[in-house]
Amino acid sequence: MSTKIRLDNLNIHFGANHAVKDVSMEVAENSVTAIIGPSGCGKSTVLRSINRMHDMTPSARVTGCIMLDDTDIYSRSVDPVAIRRRVGMVFQKPNPFPAMSIHDNVIAGYKLNGVLKKGDADEIVESSLKRVALWDEVKDRLKRSAMELSGGQQQRLCIARTIAVKPEVILMDEPASALDPISTLKIEELIEELKERYTIIIVTHNMQQAARVSDVTAFFYLGEMIEMGETRKIFTNPEKKQTEDYITGRFG
Amino acid sequence: MDKTATRKNGDGIFRALTMLFAFSILIILLIMAGEMVWESLPSLRKFGWGFITGSDWDAVQGSFAALPYLYGSIVSSILAILLATPLSVGTALFITELAPHKVGVVTASLVELLAAIPSVIYGLWGILVMTPWLQTTIEPFLIKHLGFLPFFQGAPYGVSMLAAVFILMIMIIPIITSITKEVLLAVPQSQKEAAFALGATRWEMIRMAVIPYGRSGILGAVILGLGRAIGETMAVTMVIGNTPQISLSLLSPAYTMPSVIANEFAEATSKLHTASLMEIGLILLVVTLVINFMARLLLWSVTRRWKGGTP
Ligand SMILES: Nc1ncnc2c1ncn2[C@@H]1O[C@H](COP(=O)(O)OP(=O)(O)O)[C@@H](O)[C@H]1O
Ligand SMILES: [Mg+2]
Repeated sequence: MSTKIRLDNLNIHFGANHAVKDVSMEVAENSVTAIIGPSGCGKSTVLRSINRMHDMTPSARVTGCIMLDDTDIYSRSVDPVAIRRRVGMVFQKPNPFPAMSIHDNVIAGYKLNGVLKKGDADEIVESSLKRVALWDEVKDRLKRSAMELSGGQQQRLCIARTIAVKPEVILMDEPASALDPISTLKIEELIEELKERYTIIIVTHNMQQAARVSDVTAFFYLGEMIEMGETRKIFTNPEKKQTEDYITGRFG
Repeated sequence: MDKTATRKNGDGIFRALTMLFAFSILIILLIMAGEMVWESLPSLRKFGWGFITGSDWDAVQGSFAALPYLYGSIVSSILAILLATPLSVGTALFITELAPHKVGVVTASLVELLAAIPSVIYGLWGILVMTPWLQTTIEPFLIKHLGFLPFFQGAPYGVSMLAAVFILMIMIIPIITSITKEVLLAVPQSQKEAAFALGATRWEMIRMAVIPYGRSGILGAVILGLGRAIGETMAVTMVIGNTPQISLSLLSPAYTMPSVIANEFAEATSKLHTASLMEIGLILLVVTLVINFMARLLLWSVTRRWKGGTP
């Protein structure tokens, strides 16, 4: 498998706070990579650097290099908006647009490409909702507000909205942590399906979840990447003592 | 035991006292409205609905009708709102979304400073600076290039409906801007990030996440501004020309409800004249109360939605 994303000596500061320290890692195409570690260790911060979400935080400073295929995404000549269309993101708390219908939520990002015919829009809405297994639950109420859906449905709607833009990479920041167990299971199944087409990086503090869904796991601690490897190996036979302590529940 | 009992008592007294104050405001309002109805009875009896459909205002003949004042108030306020809203929303967006933090803070306090200027100062500036400028520059320009429209016909007087519209616009920009700013600041970060993550530019993010989320709050701010514009007296009186006529042309002088009350109350000799001015006051009171009520309702529905915890 070819490398989709490469982080090289990534450092991220918020003012004087050195949140991410010298992180280097490679993410293979069409794989699921889990980032685990105790709260505050910089998981979200790393994830958000991959689609330049820190651009909106004035105090944030990102140094080092992130390559998406052959593009240095922090290069001056690169348009962050173009990067975010290639690298979609799903957040911890479902955040559909409350003033929009279910249909309009799904199509919101895709529509930014320009005007589209009504038939095209309907087709994209249907295929995106089918891919997140939400179509049967909402097909009779596409014009209703997205806020009428349950939390789990809202999160799948947000995933549908993300894949409607046809990204190459999907970043997920604890996408199931606000959901009930059944919705969590559905999201996990979905990740399994999505990896056929997309490269996925998922942050989770739920280790069982990391073990279930990911091919590769990276363990972070205090802003550093302690260890990264095949998920089965990280969870059965980690090399570093800190990793072992964490996965056996001795801290965090 | 004793001590807590007295303390509880003190609490009760305090509550009763504050409640009394709160109620007394409502009661004052009711008494005022009642008095106004009472005082305007002669005019209400004599003219009936004719008072708001007729245009004749003649103290000598004793015939009074208020349509030109209603017209002047409503038209000047609505046009002022139409001009002030895009400016205010734009300024609020600049402060909250576009400007670097410090520039935003400075801009916001400058805008709020505008609200602190007494309206008579606006009026002075209007009469000494703005109306001459309108008369020599803007109005001739409008007559020349847009004179084929009924709105820009006639001679350039300077004092005019147009002058009132501009003055009101400047005076209500601060209130609309600062409320809109609060509304925009309340848009959750998660909504903005949702738009950015879909590949929205800053402007697209504003259209996708910020405006729809703040829509009813912004509408509330606009209606509050409308209420302010309709009630404004001093500055408008100084620039509108105080002529009770209904003219489509914005270049003609006009008159508003608060202006006629301020101008004529001291000299009103007949009972009917006083009663008619009172009735105009009553109409003004009702109109502003309704407008403010609507604005509060809208703003309230927004804040309730935020507290309800939707994202
Ligand atoms: N927007 C921000 N501004 C300032 N500091 C931040 C910001 N986001 C994260 N941090 C800091 O970066 C560190 C890592 O946070 P984060 O990546 O959110 O941790 P995790 O997702 O692993 O729980 C923390 O010390 C946090 O305080
Ligand atoms: Mg996090």
